Amino acid sequence: MTDRIADIWGERTPHGSGQAWPERVDQVLAEGLTDGDVDRWVQSACVLCSNGCGCDIAVKDGKMVGIRGRAQDRVNRGRLGPKGLYGSWQGEQHRDRLTRPLIRVDGELVETDWDTAMGRIVERSKELLASKGPLSHGFYTSGQLFLEEYYALGMLGKAGIGTPHMDGNTRLCTATAAAALKESFGADGQPGSYTDVDECSAIFLYGHNMAETQTVLWARVLDRLDGPNPPKLVCVDPRDTEVARRADVHLPVHPGTNLALMNGLVRELFANGWIDEDYIAEHTANVEQLRSVVEPWTPEKVAETCGVQAADVRRAAEIFGTEDRVLSTVLQGFYQSAHATASACQVNNLHLLRGMLGRPGCGLLQMNGQPTAQNNRECGADGDLPGFRNWENPQHVQDLARLWNVDPGIIPHWAPPTHALQIFRYVEQGSIELLWISATNPAVSMPQLERIRHILDKDSLFLVVQDIYLTETAQYADVVLPCAAWGEKTGTFTNVDRTVHLSEKAVDPPGEARSDLDVFLDYARRMGFTDKDGQPLLDWSGPEDGFEAWKECSRGRPCDYTGLSYDKLRGGSGIQWPCTDGRPGGTERLYTDGEFPTAPEYCESFGHDLLTGATTGETRYKATVQPGKAWLKAIDYTPPHEEPDAEYPLRYTTGRTAYHFHTRTKTGRSRRLNAAAPDPWIEMSVEDAARAGCQEGDIARVTSRRGSLEVPVRVGDIRPGTVFAPFHYGYWDTSDGGAAAGSGTGDPAVVLKSDGGPHRAANELTVTEWDPVSKQPLFKNAAVRVEKLRSGDGPSKAPDTTASRRATGAQ
Amino acid sequence: MKLPVYIGLLDEAEATLASSFRVVADGHGDEPDVHFILQTFAKKCDAHREALKPVIDRYGEDIEGEEEHRLTANGVKEVRSGPLALMLDLQDLYVLVNHIDVTWMMVGQAAKGDRDKELQGVVEQCEGDSEVEIRWLQTRMKQAAPQALLVAE
Repeated sequence: MTDRIADIWGERTPHGSGQAWPERVDQVLAEGLTDGDVDRWVQSACVLCSNGCGCDIAVKDGKMVGIRGRAQDRVNRGRLGPKGLYGSWQGEQHRDRLTRPLIRVDGELVETDWDTAMGRIVERSKELLASKGPLSHGFYTSGQLFLEEYYALGMLGKAGIGTPHMDGNTRLCTATAAAALKESFGADGQPGSYTDVDECSAIFLYGHNMAETQTVLWARVLDRLDGPNPPKLVCVDPRDTEVARRADVHLPVHPGTNLALMNGLVRELFANGWIDEDYIAEHTANVEQLRSVVEPWTPEKVAETCGVQAADVRRAAEIFGTEDRVLSTVLQGFYQSAHATASACQVNNLHLLRGMLGRPGCGLLQMNGQPTAQNNRECGADGDLPGFRNWENPQHVQDLARLWNVDPGIIPHWAPPTHALQIFRYVEQGSIELLWISATNPAVSMPQLERIRHILDKDSLFLVVQDIYLTETAQYADVVLPCAAWGEKTGTFTNVDRTVHLSEKAVDPPGEARSDLDVFLDYARRMGFTDKDGQPLLDWSGPEDGFEAWKECSRGRPCDYTGLSYDKLRGGSGIQWPCTDGRPGGTERLYTDGEFPTAPEYCESFGHDLLTGATTGETRYKATVQPGKAWLKAIDYTPPHEEPDAEYPLRYTTGRTAYHFHTRTKTGRSRRLNAAAPDPWIEMSVEDAARAGCQEGDIARVTSRRGSLEVPVRVGDIRPGTVFAPFHYGYWDTSDGGAAAGSGTGDPAVVLKSDGGPHRAANELTVTEWDPVSKQPLFKNAAVRVEKLRSGDGPSKAPDTTASRRATGAQ
Repeated sequence: MKLPVYIGLLDEAEATLASSFRVVADGHGDEPDVHFILQTFAKKCDAHREALKPVIDRYGEDIEGEEEHRLTANGVKEVRSGPLALMLDLQDLYVLVNHIDVTWMMVGQAAKGDRDKELQGVVEQCEGDSEVEIRWLQTRMKQAAPQALLVAE
């Protein structure tokens, strides 16, 4: 295996259209060890991006000492990416691991035992339920726990407490994927499969820097590109990413203008007759409205609005319109931008107009940003009802109540689930007084961090944080619960192409750390949550009980797990849901018959107005739906709300690098990954850097209406007028608030309250605004100005191996 | 012929609604969804007035005795404060939008009766907007009500 910091995607194993992707097994063992030293290998799947690569964990003397890709797994055929290879177990063995619960005493977090910590939570929780009721409680979870943990959380929140205030950081990463699928097809669930990469004749990546966010999936694409009869590649991204470099057509749109481009691409399909009239008539509704909405969006108008070439728009549309097997993938460039759901729906519409769904190579992947985001959505920890049930459908609520043996009245279904930013707003206003955050770090990942810090710091808030490290968020907690990490607990999770993996416990968690599932079960027990017969609501003894309970909840729903079991998931490959007795091998693609889950009694949502997010409602839905047909939904483009002006002349967008995951809680503690991208940076074009008087490595101040960054400049190949910052960096590993952009080990609590102020996290600058339908925040639309602060003492430490590499031809 | 009276009322009501949307949008800047969506709605009111212009040019606005015909209040001049403020302000908008919605319906009926193609076109173009505005206000108030009425202080 090559060094996978330098060679991110590894050796090529090219394959042609329709051929199986060859195996290539990647493996890393701790220094000095060989295969013979390993006591045993334990089956799992990687959690350091959303791809869901099957892997085995090497164990020696009760410690994790290595990782190896599973050759037989359908997702990766043995491969792993740099984060999995260098950060999976390595990122969990840092001395900073939390090993005992902490409680706040006289303003300081001090170690305590579980009984005391849980006692405090339960005391406050009971007190608030008695005095204020269930709406005083909020839960904010993750895209990185296991299915069983989400389902337990969903049950205790919905049937134990009865609060609608539950969401996950999946709101920041994948909410638009779910929303777009519901709006177009009636329910969540990816139509496509990763094997569509092997079969397609063209691939479109919309705001999806796959080369860095899912490196193994990109390796699969590279193997097609370097094989016989390679697919054509179209990239929509303002940065000159690896994807853009390999693309036949690169559309570097201005951030915030995706919808204009999409309306233009759809228009070209109509204008050139590249549509499947029969499929449209038999399987879709609303085509005339779609046609009229996109009508004004000529390639010239798109070119003017988006800052791209009209000829490129035509060429991209022609590829989509004339290739016979097109795969589309969509991610944060669309999801975290203006008109997120409407833009993502237009991708669905392109496929519907050509009838390109449910056949090999004709896939659609509304991607996820995290490994277990799909399970959060399925299990209802994000506020949706479990099993893709519709909160506006009384029968669905009854079904759940029967399953859980509770009164349907306790299940919050009277209003839309409260989305993450609204939960924080209620905390800000003081009406949510207990917030329980699990496995996520909003003090770095939420927009407008100054505001988030104030909210987390509120006196009226009782904050519970469960995590594996003392994150920037945990610093504010009243109770910190130390949890088991990947490899230290058992559970299942599901990736974007619906592949379910079992991840087995390989070693014991450090110290007194417990699995997140045990914490939730313990809380439910101590709170005395019971069903109608007085029996414990959550009587599971462990994760396998949870999985069996979940199977019943999923029965008959689109995400049907009833044909799966832990035993079936052991050995071999992951399996794609729906998996039932009738389909014991799982299901490779959805909608093969063009039949969509839009029937009112079955659908997950009655839908929304894409412009405002107004709910359609049952009556209107029933009056307009053609059961089984997909919806062609569209709205006109309007400019984003914050556009560049004289004071803030540049567009600001945030994103990811290949070497880090989220807020670097694990990857920042991996020596190799941290060395590959140790510090934040701001990426500018040659022209914009010159205008600001900045050279490579100079320290710049980047200011928006919300705050400022002080970070080194990377002069790169990003489109002029737009600047980019990686969102991973926070404050736990700095001693100076990031002002000097150096790493170190300090006390973040001190740093955050220092006079210098925090100037390192990209989200200091982002705006509190969200998509009206998916409620996903707009991390990629802000206006900023950049000024030089001081000269640097060398180039910035931005990676040179990725989209952040230095400008072509630069010194 | 009293249609000009109603066209005048409609024009005035759209102006009142636009300024009310803007007052509530500005006053609730801490609720970004409310802030931005109400601005979008205000622009729609402006567009409706623009669309009405040629009709008004044709019929004239009969402002004779306008005070006695006027149905609406003065709109929202300032936002409230306190835990119920958002809900009450949205509820005010709800009344104004419903008033406009039914006014468009009646003007539309007259346009049909008069076989006035131009006015029918304007009505067709505009009346759907108030329906969406009503649904959005309902959606948002539905979300806000339990928290505001049960736990906010």
